[in-house]
Amino acid sequence: MAEIAEKKEKIPRQSMPEQAAKVRAKNFEEVPTGYSPEVAMIEAKRCLQCKKPACVEGCPVGVDIPGFIGHIRDGKFEQAISLIWKRNGLPAVCGRVCPQELQCEGLCIVGKKGEPVAIGNLERFAADYARKSGECELPVKAEPTGKKVAVVGSGPSGLTVAGDLALKGHEVTIFEAFHKPGGVLVYGIPEFRLPKEIVFAEVEGLETLGVKLECNAVVGRTVSLDELFEQGYDAIFLGVGAGLPTFLNIPGENLIGILSANEYLTRSNLMKAYLFPKYDTPVVRGKNVITLGAGNVAMDSARTALRLGAQSSRIVYRRSRQEVPARGAEVHHAEEEGVEFHFLTSPVEFKGNEKGRVTGMVGLKMELGEPDSSGRRRPIAIKGSEFELECDLAIIAVGAGANPLLTQSTKDLELNKWGYIVADEATGKTSKKGVWAGGDIVTGSATVILAMGAGRQAADSIHDYLTRGW
Amino acid sequence: MFKIVGREEMANGTVVLNEIEAPLIAKKAKPGQFVILKATETGERIPLTMADTDPEKGTITIIYMVVGKSTALFKSLKVEDGYLDVIGPLGKPTHLENVGNVVCVGGGTGVAVLHPITRGLKQAGNNVISIIGARNKGLLILEEQMKAASHKLYVCTDDGSYGHHGFVTDVLKDVLTKNDIKLVVGIGPVPMMKFVCKMTKDFNVKTLVSLNPIMIDGTGMCGGCRVSIGGKTQFACVDGPEFDGHQVDFDELMLRLQAYTEDEKASHDEYCNLKKEKA
Repeated sequence: MAEIAEKKEKIPRQSMPEQAAKVRAKNFEEVPTGYSPEVAMIEAKRCLQCKKPACVEGCPVGVDIPGFIGHIRDGKFEQAISLIWKRNGLPAVCGRVCPQELQCEGLCIVGKKGEPVAIGNLERFAADYARKSGECELPVKAEPTGKKVAVVGSGPSGLTVAGDLALKGHEVTIFEAFHKPGGVLVYGIPEFRLPKEIVFAEVEGLETLGVKLECNAVVGRTVSLDELFEQGYDAIFLGVGAGLPTFLNIPGENLIGILSANEYLTRSNLMKAYLFPKYDTPVVRGKNVITLGAGNVAMDSARTALRLGAQSSRIVYRRSRQEVPARGAEVHHAEEEGVEFHFLTSPVEFKGNEKGRVTGMVGLKMELGEPDSSGRRRPIAIKGSEFELECDLAIIAVGAGANPLLTQSTKDLELNKWGYIVADEATGKTSKKGVWAGGDIVTGSATVILAMGAGRQAADSIHDYLTRGW
Repeated sequence: MFKIVGREEMANGTVVLNEIEAPLIAKKAKPGQFVILKATETGERIPLTMADTDPEKGTITIIYMVVGKSTALFKSLKVEDGYLDVIGPLGKPTHLENVGNVVCVGGGTGVAVLHPITRGLKQAGNNVISIIGARNKGLLILEEQMKAASHKLYVCTDDGSYGHHGFVTDVLKDVLTKNDIKLVVGIGPVPMMKFVCKMTKDFNVKTLVSLNPIMIDGTGMCGGCRVSIGGKTQFACVDGPEFDGHQVDFDELMLRLQAYTEDEKASHDEYCNLKKEKA
């Protein structure tokens, strides 16, 4: 076994071709261009096909990773995707945006000595192959049960629930507040990281399975949960996302040119402001851009700013590089493209001109103290270290809270002190009969795959309820 | 698609009324609430407070002033055409209760938003005095409807071409001096609302205003519509659109409404040129 392992290690991890940093920083096309079948098969050979695969334990939806990689190795790409689909309805998305380094790839045995198998890249390859070739069999649908399920929100958790329950024979309708489906996959994640065509293809796949889609439906306003029950829905899943922007509450924050990342990215991604004036929605195009925060959303914002013509795009983060919450690949890509990082800097105030437009940000230098409740070293302000950074656009990407639109209008839904929905960890059941919840509206801002994991659990529990009772 | 079933041009074609099929919204909407409309695939999401609803017919009515590309595009839509997307009802409804003597002050297309609120206040048992104004007689809208919705209506024009020669605030001052007014509702251009509030503050009369800042989603998700209310940031889309006028930072609102002026102009110019070329 050891001998085989050594032999296999000789194949280096296959990198995915990418657009050159200087070129891609000026366009919205996808950055990595994907494996060719040959390269995918070489990469697949690196997998040890462990009997007890640790990688699978790291996957929130339990994809049979060695299984699908084995099929790719053998050139059986249709079988690879069929196997993935059994556990994951959005592989083209997950292959691109999952934090693999913290999940499957983080636990890969090959990674103990060298670089782990590129599981994410292989998943993406299989999904893209299936989408492009159109040769793969759709999963088989169970006989209709006559039960109706309403899914509120068409982000990762909602799409997962809809797909799972449609396959089990239930009649599913998705209600989406925006005019297009996909939730954060469409309004939040930029085109260069996740082409929208991929998300729409996944949604179309669901529609082929019989899932109905109602856009422009703001549940809580256009229709209430109780009205949905009156209309004959037997169960409701709430996957409405976090969706409340956090602001800094510092002076000058309402100047023109200071936007929440939600607004900035929604304008650019959903409304396609990057194609203005072909599309009618504009977005502030800053020359000197500051993004506050260092998560994936902050990286997306800072990189979008470059593509919209910024001469400088700076990330300002109050902790150090070690605490950066974004995926390693995103930080790496941002740095390659020319995003500058200002660590241990906390925003104090924004300055503006007589037209009410932002002209700069006053920052304060920080140093790291003892660990705080999150286990990360707490940043402490260095007295008298204020300095000013020039900017004509500042993007606030310091996280999101629970949007109260739906929860406030639903009185019998138990919330925690932060306004998130209280739901059973194993099943997603809420305090309201017949209502489940999952994703960011339960956990607070997290990842696509965790939301999908919650959707999977909720779908199992809903199926149980519809066939056996509450 | 949300079909247009009625259309009317007002104020010399600068203002347009659309009655739109939207049964779910019509059933739910209350005075003071708004919808977001998007005409085409490439269009903007435009928030507009509803001027009327007909739950039985399943329609809502919007009245808008043509100011830029998006509203010019709206204006190009005929009866039987439709909007690609209409979302709502959004925002909090007006709190309609009987407080006694109320004054409803409207300017420009603000009168369209004011009308259902005026009617609601009258139905709630209030004695309603209304004051509406426009720059000149030709730009005045909904005079008859406002007359019917109020016990007494005053009309003002800036140039004196009709009714009282002067601003709505001139008449308001007189009304506030001579009557025991419990509530003022002021809806119109931001400067008008600002001056109405300045005056009612002197008289210490509670005043509601309806704000229409730049907005994207209308569900509290983007924060683009944030306004300062009593020094605190609130979102007009979910916390409003109506606020206590004495707490609103109108100067900040006026600046924020200018955020995309240059882009809007460029976009409108291009649209007009394209239209000319086509013609």
